[in-house]
Amino acid sequence: MEFFLNRYRNLSVLVAAILAQLVLLAYQVKTNGDVRLIRVWAVGAVTPLARVIESGRTSVSHFFSDYFVLLDVRDENKRMKAELDRIKMDNQYLRAELSTADRARSLAIFQTHSPSKTVAAHITGNTTAAGAKVVFIDRGSSSGIEPGMAVITPDGIAGKVTKVFSAAAMVLLVTDGTFAAGVISQNNRVHGTFKGQGYEGTGKIEHVQNEQKVDQGEWFFTSGDDRIFPKGLPVGEVTTVHQGKTEKEIFVSLSGFRNGLEEVLIIIEGVHAPIPNAPVTTQTVHLLAPPPADAGGATPIVQPLQTGPVTTDADRTKEQYRKLGQQEGHVYGERSNGAPNYNTPLKADGKSDAKPDKP
Amino acid sequence: MTGFSEGYREPLRKERNSMFNVAVITGISLLAILFRVYVSRFIPYLQYLELPLLVTVYFSLMWRSPIAGLFFGAAIGLAQDSLSHQPLGMFGIVKTLVGYFAASMSLRVDVGNPVLRLFLGFVFFFFHQLLYWVLANALLGETLGFELPQALVVAILNAIVAVFLYQLLDRLKVTG
Repeated sequence: MEFFLNRYRNLSVLVAAILAQLVLLAYQVKTNGDVRLIRVWAVGAVTPLARVIESGRTSVSHFFSDYFVLLDVRDENKRMKAELDRIKMDNQYLRAELSTADRARSLAIFQTHSPSKTVAAHITGNTTAAGAKVVFIDRGSSSGIEPGMAVITPDGIAGKVTKVFSAAAMVLLVTDGTFAAGVISQNNRVHGTFKGQGYEGTGKIEHVQNEQKVDQGEWFFTSGDDRIFPKGLPVGEVTTVHQGKTEKEIFVSLSGFRNGLEEVLIIIEGVHAPIPNAPVTTQTVHLLAPPPADAGGATPIVQPLQTGPVTTDADRTKEQYRKLGQQEGHVYGERSNGAPNYNTPLKADGKSDAKPDKP
Repeated sequence: MTGFSEGYREPLRKERNSMFNVAVITGISLLAILFRVYVSRFIPYLQYLELPLLVTVYFSLMWRSPIAGLFFGAAIGLAQDSLSHQPLGMFGIVKTLVGYFAASMSLRVDVGNPVLRLFLGFVFFFFHQLLYWVLANALLGETLGFELPQALVVAILNAIVAVFLYQLLDRLKVTG
């Protein structure tokens, strides 16, 4: 034995190392447990570095975006001097657009309006597994995060927490091939199971029988059956529906990834909500069109509409003076604003002694 | 005859062994894993660049010690496993084997030759992907697909990157 180990020392060590890892693997698969210590070390070594780099990147990115936003505001102020009223409206419009575009703010707005209690988090990195759609977030057990919690964006579901560390957590995204969630359709209330497809933007709804009705363009929401996602969160819109052998083949366009995925919300305490009847819309602020340009700056004179025949006494009197003026070649009683001089008396034959007003 | 071959091989191996500072080894390994975790988030195509594997192959080739190579591969692999959602050991086993075979290969070839490095980079990347796929299907029961044309193209790209990366890492060797 000793001779064998000496003769094949390298091979013996290799076999020992492989066997040790196989046992480790078998233990985890058999017990469905985890070797937490090694993970904590690795995450503890890598995530602080990733956070430092991420915060540096964010600072630089914010600096440049702020700089260009300020430049834009300066231009707006110049134009405000020239076209005061219109630019005020434009400025409000731009401010509203900017604030709506700000993901963090929209996240906060959603957070305050959402019935569920949530915690905002920033995505700091991907995992190392090839092809897996799993990301790290900068919130962990110290923020109250636990495995199994739902991760959402204001536009829809984004994933679920799979592993939690003190200051970081691992999130399995809805696009991963192993992700699943219970869903229900908006119009026909058809229950199904949402499955990730392994690539961005698209997912599949399974376990919907051919006899059940699902329309293209219909929305799917979380049903709450999986006990992870509260009922009523948008999942996606049906893009394709086919009849399968026994079950329908339904593909949905995911709504949670519409505006990219940088900030997410983790649902600490979920509250089930009813499925909305109205169609899902993106969260943009509806604004009226800006008012028309006012060249002079003064209030325009509103001319009354004269669409039908003359009906009132005043109209009839005005018409008499107009016809008389046409015969005598001048305009009676027309002042700068076009009002006739009704104080000039008319004769019985329809003529007047009064001299016309000078314009 | 036996005495001659042993007496000849030992000095040659020591002569060719490359030494690296521990901080350099740790730093490069950490950067390779960080690259995999962080950079691929912003440039998705870079997720096909398996820097931890390339680093494992490089140090195993340079050290020319199968035991050192397999332990280094196991360490990098387990660290990579820790940052994935899978059970620990998948990348560990694959990279242990890669480290062992790379170091064994280095005893027989000139590891400084760029063409050979290109070939070794290609072979070990392909071996790594294939073995991972086999293990994931056999041990974890996963139904992962293995697309041969894609694997070959990505292996070639990784091999090209490996040539330039290894040139860069050569400069970090401890001289003297």
